[in-house]
Order: sequence, then C-alpha cells, then structure tokens
Amino acid sequence: MHELSIAMSIVDIAREAVEKAGAREVSHIELEIGQLAGIELRALDFAWSEAVRNSVLAHATKAIHHIPGEARCMECETVFSIQALHQLCPACSGPFTEVIHGKELRVHALTVH
Amino acid sequence: MCITCGCNGDGHHLHGQEPHTHHHEHTARDGRVITLEQDILQKNQLLAERNRGFFEARGITALNLVSSPGSGKTTLLERTLADLHPDTPCFVIEGDQQTSCDADRIRATGVPVVQINTGKGCHLDAEMVNASVKHLKPTQDALLFIENVGNLVCPAMFDLGESARVIIISVTEGDDKPLKYPDMFHSADICLINKIDLLPYVNFHVDKMIEYARQVSHIDTFIQVSATTGQGMDEWYSWLKEKAGAAVSLE
Repeated sequence: MHELSIAMSIVDIAREAVEKAGAREVSHIELEIGQLAGIELRALDFAWSEAVRNSVLAHATKAIHHIPGEARCMECETVFSIQALHQLCPACSGPFTEVIHGKELRVHALTVH
Repeated sequence: MCITCGCNGDGHHLHGQEPHTHHHEHTARDGRVITLEQDILQKNQLLAERNRGFFEARGITALNLVSSPGSGKTTLLERTLADLHPDTPCFVIEGDQQTSCDADRIRATGVPVVQINTGKGCHLDAEMVNASVKHLKPTQDALLFIENVGNLVCPAMFDLGESARVIIISVTEGDDKPLKYPDMFHSADICLINKIDLLPYVNFHVDKMIEYARQVSHIDTFIQVSATTGQGMDEWYSWLKEKAGAAVSLE
C-alpha cells in the first residue's frame, strides 16, 4: 500500500505550490502516471480521500493521464510498446530492454485559487 | 498548444533557443493553472542522493536487502555478520513494521544496529535511512546493511541511496516470482537464491527462475546460498568485498 505514501507526497507538492503562488487551495490537479510505474489506481483512489483530508487538495478534482509503456531493445535498438517488463523485443527476441516511457509518476499541473 | 505562450502543453516551451521545463503559469477562467511537471518521488530521490553522497564520501558500501517475508534475510545477515565482522566493519539498519526482534538478533552478533519500525508503512524511505544513519554513525569504509521490510512490492519504488540493491529469494517460494513481482527484480543489482540446501525437497527450478529474472531485470549475478549450511556464502562474501574495495573514502 505504497499508494498512501504517494498520495501524501502529492499533498506535500500541492501545498508547496499553493504557498509559492500565494493561493489558498487547489481546485484541480493533473497527474501523469505511467503504465509501468507500479501504481495501483484503485489503491491510489482509496488512499486519496484520507490523504487529502484537511489539506489544500481537500476539494480538488483529479485527472490522471496514463502514459503507455515504451521500451528500446538494447541489442537491436527497436522501439516497441510494452505492457509488462518481461516482454521480449518483438524484432530480435532479446530480453535486454530499456524502459523509455511508462515509469512516469508526476504532478503535471494544478489549478490554484 | 497553449495560446498564451505557444508551449505544447507538457511543460516544454521555448525561451530563446533552448527548450526547457519549469514552473509555468497560465490564467484559467477560474483560478490559475500552474504547470509543475514535478516527480512525485522527487523528495525521496533528492534525499536518497544526499545519502548516496554521504556514503560515497565515507567509502561506505550501503546494501538495500529486499525480499518477501520469510526468505531468510535476517538469518543470512546474521551469518554474514558473524563471518565478516569485525575484520570488515559492519553496521545494520533493520526495517520492520513492528517489534525489535530482528534488531535483537543482530545486536547479539555484536554489530551496531538501529531498528526502524515503520508502523503502518510497508517500506523504508530515504528519510528513515537518513535519520538512522545519524544515530548509527557508520565508520569509514564500512559495510552498511539495510534490511528492508519483507515485501516485494512497495520497497521497489523507494531509493534509499544504496550502493546496490540485493534481492533475496528462497527456494521454498515459487520460481516464477520474478514475473509476478517484476518491479522489484527490475530494480535489483544482484540476486541471492537462499535455502539452496532445501532444493532436493521442493519443486523449484533454479534455471527457470534465473531465466525469468533475466526477462525482467538486468541482474547478472545470481548466487546460490544457504545461510544455514554456509553453502555458497564465500561467493557472496567475495562479491561484498569486491564492492567494498571499489568504494574508497575521501581522505
């Protein structure tokens, strides 16, 4: 249940951004979560309501942009889409791949008031 | 595209010739939009790098030991400490949800240890390690073992500032663990296959497990060990000493 730590880190980031902007609270937050980031979205939703209570995110809506997984084969440099880390290169069947997208875990933007 | 400044909406836009990302504000109808593009784990990452810098400067080799509960991490550690300490100075940070059972076992070997109880938490983070190191005061050129909470999911995401991540799997588990918990294997540098003395009695195929691990990780060192009989432990110690030898403190 590391999603609770993740939700609490998001609250910290939002609080700092609100303070910096001289605002009061956040009405909307946009997150970018890669398919291979190791985040269970249902667990994040579950943790969210507890983590944001009495925080600048208490009344914020949240939108999540999903970033599909993409990898580059370290043998033949083919770039291909991946849904799981154990996928082999479709061109040369090599197991050595470098994940180039899908590990993202970012706060993209906030709307503050 | 953003009509205010022409950025492509993902935080990248042009000032002069160089594209770069930074705080970026647009006025929305209700409220201000602040584009952050901030990594959610950034705080942990920064602190982890501070820990890493401290370890490097002191020539300390920090090892993050991760596994499922019951893989024999603590027993493996006890044996390692008994065989290496004090010739190679060792220090231990023990992470568990509750109790100081493991720290008590380590303390009995005479090695300085700090216990972290994460309470409801399922993993150690860089801040906990940072605070523990201040208590523990590991000496120059020491080996610092950080025994993470037994969990193959959550600790994967949290860099502690370690020099290497050691994953321990035991033959009493399924040999398909790497495929089931790919994130943890993906982030590991070396894999110890523990309880190898029990191999004749269980349905665990070492070759298959290694093949699966290679599919999801870049691990190139697999060592078969038994913390109970001592089998394979010398190979593990050689790896540790080589690692420690590469870490030279700044005088």
